[in-house]
Amino acid sequence: MESSKVIHAIYNDDDVLMNAVKKVKTAKHHIEEIYTPFPVHGLDKAMGLAPTRIAITAFLYGCVGLSVAVLMMNFIMIQDWPQDIGGKPSFSFLENMPAFVPIMFELTVFFAAHLMVITFYLRSRMWPFKKAENPDPRTTDDHFLMEIPVHGNENELQNLLAETGAVEINIVDKAH
Amino acid sequence: MYTFSNRLKIFAGILIVLGLLGVAYGFMSSHKSLDEVKEMIAAEASHGGHGDSHETDAHDVSNAHSTDAHHAETATNDHHANVGHDDAHAEHVMHQIHNRPYSALYVAAFFFMMIALGVLAFYAIQFAAQAGWSPLLFRVMEGITYYLLPGAIIVLAIALFAGDHIFVWMNPDMVNPESEHYDKLVDGKSGWLNSTGFLIRGVIFIAGWSIYRFFARKFSLAQDEAQAGDNSNFKKSFRIAAGFLVFFIYSESMMSWDWIMSVDPHWFSTLFGWYVFASMFVSGITVIALITIYLKSKGLLPEVNDSHIHDLAKFMFGISIFWTYLWFSQFMLIWYSNIPEEVTYFVTRIEDYRLPFFGMVAMNFLFPLLLLMNSDYKRIPWFVVMAGIVILAGHYLDIFNMIMPATVGDRWFIGVPEISAILLFAGLFILFVFYAISKAPLKAKGNPFVKESEHFHY
Repeated sequence: MESSKVIHAIYNDDDVLMNAVKKVKTAKHHIEEIYTPFPVHGLDKAMGLAPTRIAITAFLYGCVGLSVAVLMMNFIMIQDWPQDIGGKPSFSFLENMPAFVPIMFELTVFFAAHLMVITFYLRSRMWPFKKAENPDPRTTDDHFLMEIPVHGNENELQNLLAETGAVEINIVDKAH
Repeated sequence: MYTFSNRLKIFAGILIVLGLLGVAYGFMSSHKSLDEVKEMIAAEASHGGHGDSHETDAHDVSNAHSTDAHHAETATNDHHANVGHDDAHAEHVMHQIHNRPYSALYVAAFFFMMIALGVLAFYAIQFAAQAGWSPLLFRVMEGITYYLLPGAIIVLAIALFAGDHIFVWMNPDMVNPESEHYDKLVDGKSGWLNSTGFLIRGVIFIAGWSIYRFFARKFSLAQDEAQAGDNSNFKKSFRIAAGFLVFFIYSESMMSWDWIMSVDPHWFSTLFGWYVFASMFVSGITVIALITIYLKSKGLLPEVNDSHIHDLAKFMFGISIFWTYLWFSQFMLIWYSNIPEEVTYFVTRIEDYRLPFFGMVAMNFLFPLLLLMNSDYKRIPWFVVMAGIVILAGHYLDIFNMIMPATVGDRWFIGVPEISAILLFAGLFILFVFYAISKAPLKAKGNPFVKESEHFHY
């Protein structure tokens, strides 16, 4: 089993962290991961992360939900058994559509919301008995941790990170 | 500081002149005598199938919806039985043709007045909510609301000038038990629906709105001159904005009963005030966005960035959906229960106004929904302009659909009278709005939130 080293730089302020990220990026080092106790506004932009596409998936799921509602109501109320219920015109879907709109709306929202949440869980690999991937418990409270892989440039990296105001710099062996 | 360019003034002038000519033409061409109308109906009937079906349609509608006719056909059908139904029909059609230029003028006047009123409500909400993004746009909004006072007076004047050409209940015969045109339902409502009360209420609404607009503008300009740290004018604006919003929601609701719903005095709907409000709100926000983009393209609003445009576009998107929600709630409740006395309202619209009625749902809902959903598109000015033009046209149609079925019935067309009335009021609107915008610096620099607005970033 190959073991590779990573460097953990710990900060205790999000402003310092943001500046550190910019510095590390300009020095062209790859940032493996950053652990923060709360969302830091603009961190994804500073790290150069690609924008999320979850809104697009939600739109598509909504279209699926709308189709399900339309097909379901059309089959049940119009095709399968077009009864006269209180004089509502069940001759064609369009004629009786206003009565179906509440269901069409709710199913669109239902599909869009739930499938998007499930997509989010899948893509971020979250589930009930998942083992927490936390390198340092303090990052859930008041510390910020930047993880950078080391490729034989330990000293250079350490100096750079020390300059950025890290309160603690650890080199960690990470078993793969 | 914006200077009202001569080109824009000339453009507005041309619109007004063209509009006046068209409106005059509309009034002249609508003076048809009963014999002319009979000939016209005979000519239409000779077209065969179309004419026949049309005629039966017209009868259905006029019977179901007696207020279309000046003489309340359903109520007095017995009187007419011996006169002959053809004559009654011809007279009915003649009245509809006479009503058309009045209604065309009224729809356009109301549409532009409603934009200014919607902007005034939006402006007051920005103050009451202490919004941090919008102070850079306050002068644009103040400019637009300058049209409110003249616009609302014009609407009231047209309403009273047109009299029973638009509002059948203004015909004194309808409340006179001796008359053959007597209408018991209208008489029962005459405690509210009478010309004197209409005028008094109208004056109160206009006065209330204008007083708020006058003081809000005054405090806004005074705040510019105030010493650093002196926010007393801003605080006054905040207080009157909160007070105005309370007055507004009552007066707007009653205004919509008076100025719109009463064209169908046999019909009523409880959420009508909200529905009209949604229409004016989204049109107002759209006009703010359009004028902001125009001024920014001239380089006059350098601090307005695409996040401001994005926020306005979000409001256009959200309020469009809110409008649809109210439109559908009103339509679906009435369609579902199908009570004859209220459903006639939608029967007329679906039978005689199918394209404008459903077309406006596409324009006011589907179009903005699909165009403005994407967050990137909301930041592209030409995209917002395109969506905005469709939204404005859609809400013109909305007002058109509220007024026209009650006054001209199936004799509607968007022709010279309608388009020239739009041109006339568009010209007046441009003239008033850009005059007001040119009167003050475009940046409300004294506003305590203006710094935040400059750095607004979404």
